[in-house]
Amino acid sequence: MKNVLTVALGVTALAFTASVASADTLSDVKAKGFIQCGVNTGLAGFSAPNDKGEWTGLDVDFCRAMAAAIFGDGTKVKFTGLSAKDRFTALQSGEIDVLSRNTTWTVNRDTALGLNFAGVTYFDGQGFMINAKKLPGVNSALQLSGAAVCVQAGTTTELNLADYFKANKMEYNPVVFEKFEEANAAYDAGRCDAYTTDQSGLYAVRLQMSAPDDHVVLPEIISKEPLGPAVRQGDDKWLDIAKWTYYALLNAEEAGITQANVEEMKNSENPDIKRILGVEAETKIGTDLGLDNAWVVNIIKATGNYGEIFERNVGSGSPLKIARGINALWTKGGLQYGMPIR
Amino acid sequence: MQEHDLSWVRTEMALAQAAPRSEVGPLAWARKSLFATPVDSALTIIAALALAWALPQMLNWAFFNAVWSGADRTACLTTEQGGFLPAGWTGACWPFIDARLGYFTFGRYPVDERWRVILCGAIFLALLVPLLTPRAPFKRLNAILFFAVFPFIAFFLLLGGYFGLPYVETPLWGGLMVTLVISYVGIVTSLPLGILLALGRRSKMPIVKLLSVIFIETVRGVPLVAVLFMASFMLPLFVPPGMTFDKLLRALIGVALFSSAYMAEVIRGGLQAIPKGQYEGADSLGLGYWQKMGLIVMPQALKLVIPGIVNTFIGLFKDTTLVLIISLFDLLGTVKQSISGDPTWATPQTAKTGYVFAAAVFWIFCFSMSRYSIYMERRLDTGHRK
Repeated sequence: MKNVLTVALGVTALAFTASVASADTLSDVKAKGFIQCGVNTGLAGFSAPNDKGEWTGLDVDFCRAMAAAIFGDGTKVKFTGLSAKDRFTALQSGEIDVLSRNTTWTVNRDTALGLNFAGVTYFDGQGFMINAKKLPGVNSALQLSGAAVCVQAGTTTELNLADYFKANKMEYNPVVFEKFEEANAAYDAGRCDAYTTDQSGLYAVRLQMSAPDDHVVLPEIISKEPLGPAVRQGDDKWLDIAKWTYYALLNAEEAGITQANVEEMKNSENPDIKRILGVEAETKIGTDLGLDNAWVVNIIKATGNYGEIFERNVGSGSPLKIARGINALWTKGGLQYGMPIR
Repeated sequence: MQEHDLSWVRTEMALAQAAPRSEVGPLAWARKSLFATPVDSALTIIAALALAWALPQMLNWAFFNAVWSGADRTACLTTEQGGFLPAGWTGACWPFIDARLGYFTFGRYPVDERWRVILCGAIFLALLVPLLTPRAPFKRLNAILFFAVFPFIAFFLLLGGYFGLPYVETPLWGGLMVTLVISYVGIVTSLPLGILLALGRRSKMPIVKLLSVIFIETVRGVPLVAVLFMASFMLPLFVPPGMTFDKLLRALIGVALFSSAYMAEVIRGGLQAIPKGQYEGADSLGLGYWQKMGLIVMPQALKLVIPGIVNTFIGLFKDTTLVLIISLFDLLGTVKQSISGDPTWATPQTAKTGYVFAAAVFWIFCFSMSRYSIYMERRLDTGHRK
């Protein structure tokens, strides 16, 4: 129902704004001097204000990277905290220039809602967590037949859960909660055998458990949740900038360019690195994008490469300690593949 | 007439004796108030048991077992959770509040500019306290400063962009500051607007009356959440792109109009309680409409409905939490956001600690308002006591 409402709202939004939405976001952004970026109001590791009130997180850093690519300054970005309901309207109405709010890339959103996705900054998927002390010997979701599962109401999570158990001909008993914290508390108190939400969320939930080490995230991923930044349809130039900011972050990691060594790397003899950093003679890569030729240098100086962003916000440098897994580079067995910059 | 022989006439008052033991002292009080009937006794015992069961747990959690200092989540974790506290420990995690206090108070207001909010708060208090103290002089000047001048001071000081102060846009405002700004604006506009609407609704002029009734009934008939939602998500679709209305401004207008409609009905209740003789008396003195209302009717009516007015204020204060719907972060919003979004402090105790803190802050404000209203009622109670 919520989904239907979102679609209806989004379609209305499209109908009203298709004619008026500006087709040249880059000029508008340059004129106003900053990017307006829509983020989650509070999702551990992805976007949340820190103690000083500055936004931090993986989704937040993507917007900073874009700001650095355009202005050479990662601070020229303003953030709008958005709920799941209002995120698409905000993008359609021009209130924000880019939506970087753990949004799953689906065909419906790409077409009917009029978005264009720039890439997948985090491959997520719905998973299960169980209390290993309570259910010893369970190491696969297929052994959860008859289990009571804690789940948040009104989300696609709930639907995926039903689909999965139906497809595998298993019985289950959903214990549905309106709020995230309620579901956490109920699971921690032992009211359910298993807890289901996106895997990145499971790690955050585990931090709040009274005995985190007893809880195990099961290997099965029952849905694909490719999360990435999105822009409005109908502005290819702006989409290119979002897309290539993402690829630049990946290529920098692949080439070993980091926040610390980016200045040294400029003197590298490696032609790939020279191309990426825009120090090749008569390069036009940056200017063809409508940016400065030092755009990648600016991005890396502001946020570091993709690996650094990942580790700082959700990986080993954060309390979440999420492993790279499928978010590793393609060279290391993951799915992150940066299109060549040349 | 026959004279009686009065053999003894008492010439002085009997000496007062101490009350019997059974009527004074804590025991007698307990018997009278707590154990007067079997039902009373049962209720007392049940209540005492409930307190004895709950109170130590609450005190232990909030004070004796609580953690008071620490740099991150490990301070509030037990050994099995990766910290140093004994297994099975539960207690409040106060360093979470300490670390985030600035965020809870100012939201994302730039750290270097926060002195402006503090200064604004200080001016607010310096004007409010004498205004609420009956003995303090210069009431008229004080009221003008508080209701008419202070909003401008606050506007320029908080928003900036003038007199060399950097501009701080409202999306950066948050926390307790937003709660207080919305409440102040709501309270200061709803009382005069409410009085006008109440008078309008009782007016003999048909158009004024009709408009007042339509306004009050329309606003009261729609949930505040729905209005905030519409203003936030639908409005941008109907105006040209790039043209944005300030979210905080939308919330302020919504809350102010809402509380005015409720206030109008509270005050109308007071107006209805004033006997007709008061109106006639004022008319017979030759007073005009505004003189009659201002000098005779309103002072009595307002005094009667102080509890209702303060009730509306308290409701308004707590309704400010609804602005979370339009992604404005008031005190409760910032607490919620920190619980779900800050992995540095993610522990089993963080959510409880955060909500208890928010509840305590709201309680302090609402309880103070309530006590002050009781004080004012007693002070103004000049003739209706039974």
